[in-house]
Amino acid sequence: MTNDILVFVEQRDDKAHPGALQCVAPAKALAAKAGGKVVACIIGDNMDNVVAAVEQTGVDQIIKISDPALKLYSALRYRTALTAAIEKADPRVVLMATTFMGRDLAPRVAMRAKGAVANDVVELDFTGSNELDVVRPLYNGKASCHVVFPADKLAVATVRPNTFAAPTGSGAASEDLPFAPAAGDDRIDVKECAKTGGDVKDVTEADIIVSGGRALKSEDNFKIIYELAEVLDAAVGASRAACDAGYQPHSRQVGLTGKTVTPKLYIACGISGAIQHLAGMRGSKVIVAVNSDPEAPLFGVADYGIVDDVFKVVPALKEEIIRLNG
Amino acid sequence: MKILVVLKQVPDSTTNVKIRPDGEDIERAGVKMVVDPFAEFAIEQAVLLKEKRSDVESVTALVAGPAKAAEALRTALAVGADDGIHIQDDVFDGLDELQVAAALAAVIKEGGYDLVFRGKQEIDLDSGALGPALAEALDWPHVGAVTEFALAEDGKSFVAGRRVEGAEEKVEVPLPALVTCEKGLCEMRYPSLPNLMKAKRKPVKAMTTAEVAGFAELTASVGGSKLHQFAPPPERPPGRILQGEAEETAKELVKLLREEAKAI
Repeated sequence: MTNDILVFVEQRDDKAHPGALQCVAPAKALAAKAGGKVVACIIGDNMDNVVAAVEQTGVDQIIKISDPALKLYSALRYRTALTAAIEKADPRVVLMATTFMGRDLAPRVAMRAKGAVANDVVELDFTGSNELDVVRPLYNGKASCHVVFPADKLAVATVRPNTFAAPTGSGAASEDLPFAPAAGDDRIDVKECAKTGGDVKDVTEADIIVSGGRALKSEDNFKIIYELAEVLDAAVGASRAACDAGYQPHSRQVGLTGKTVTPKLYIACGISGAIQHLAGMRGSKVIVAVNSDPEAPLFGVADYGIVDDVFKVVPALKEEIIRLNG
Repeated sequence: MKILVVLKQVPDSTTNVKIRPDGEDIERAGVKMVVDPFAEFAIEQAVLLKEKRSDVESVTALVAGPAKAAEALRTALAVGADDGIHIQDDVFDGLDELQVAAALAAVIKEGGYDLVFRGKQEIDLDSGALGPALAEALDWPHVGAVTEFALAEDGKSFVAGRRVEGAEEKVEVPLPALVTCEKGLCEMRYPSLPNLMKAKRKPVKAMTTAEVAGFAELTASVGGSKLHQFAPPPERPPGRILQGEAEETAKELVKLLREEAKAI
């Protein structure tokens, strides 16, 4: 085992996931401490833009596994490819972003490489006895704990997006590794992959989220949420109550049984802030609450609050941003 | 076809989480334990298949955990599972998800199951590592976070739908396979009182890890991460409430977000 840190850079359609590039920051800190280097692994097909983006983060080495069979994510093919990169680089630690793909892939790869895994970590360090020691939230953000990895096994961790900033640098050496599928890897056949939500971003990939709750009262009224989101280049989210009432599809639900999000800015409009909703968004960097009820629990976690009617405040916010954007 | 549902029992989502004085766990005394909400989808999906299909031989529910975890099995049996397996052993408290997955894989191989359902994630550890790790230990394909599930006529494969970031996928997979269930797949029916009574007469096989073939080697070969130093979440400093007419507060908020928070 080397002292190197390997970052799996998740990409779709030749676009690197921002959370994956952010992983390079803790990878550099760990590599500096352990005396190793940072190796990025890119898996997919036709990934020129991803390679360029990864080069700009200043990793030491890039392993590229490019093959038409890897164009779409498959848990089997990707675990085989990433395990091949791990065998080649022999790192101590593998990092990837906490995303749908990261949560799907990290446990498989950890099991296959006889390592250990922790998901959604927010701090990483080596202990005095050289074990990887990470911090992760659990119990819906109601607690956090340290996870200490055994020193003699590969440590695989997914890192919560927007916890670190992607670094800049240069000097990566790139090499291609051919994809050698394992027997049975074709058992997962992606028949169809259709983009959803039209031009509106998904809540799990946006820096800013504007969310609406039951106070919006109808699907039509969500128009004001979409308009504010548009001027902010934000995604639209919704509370469980709003989704259950049919105002928004469940794919936009933020919360315990919906998506967990950690954007740079979360604007909650007309959401009271049930514990199940807080579970999904309390990790956001900056939280804004707009609600006519001053007792709404969301004000308890908000950095900024406006106690007023969403139908007045949300359009006013949109106008102000349009005015400033000229 | 034999179907297995791998359950987890977790503290109710409304639990007021308190940290134990030694920081090595949360306080568990008096905490209401329930079937994990994502495992509920797994139970219902398995039972729906049994009701619709004559080629589904049985639905078995499995839980690994303390004596109390048997309650989770009762719920699954009341909803329609045929039988249960309870691997009851205190040793599970000290194992991580990969070690549990390695042990469960041995039980699943022995039982000859064709299709395994599991929740997408668990609301206590918020991890979701067990399902994919279990599939890897079995060298089975898995489909994660499924919101649609259709078994083929011949019962040899299925098509699962899922929402990944910004896209919807349809994935076809042959059995044996593992599926993790996401909200939207189905909602678990309410276990009726008569069915809860009937569930008491359904067979539950109690076993210890001594009966899991190769348990010590399996759990030593992989995983081994340890949870320590539990802590409450960091306090957020009290927020600022803006006062005035909507036009003024909107203006002030945008200014603060730009200049103070640097968020836009």
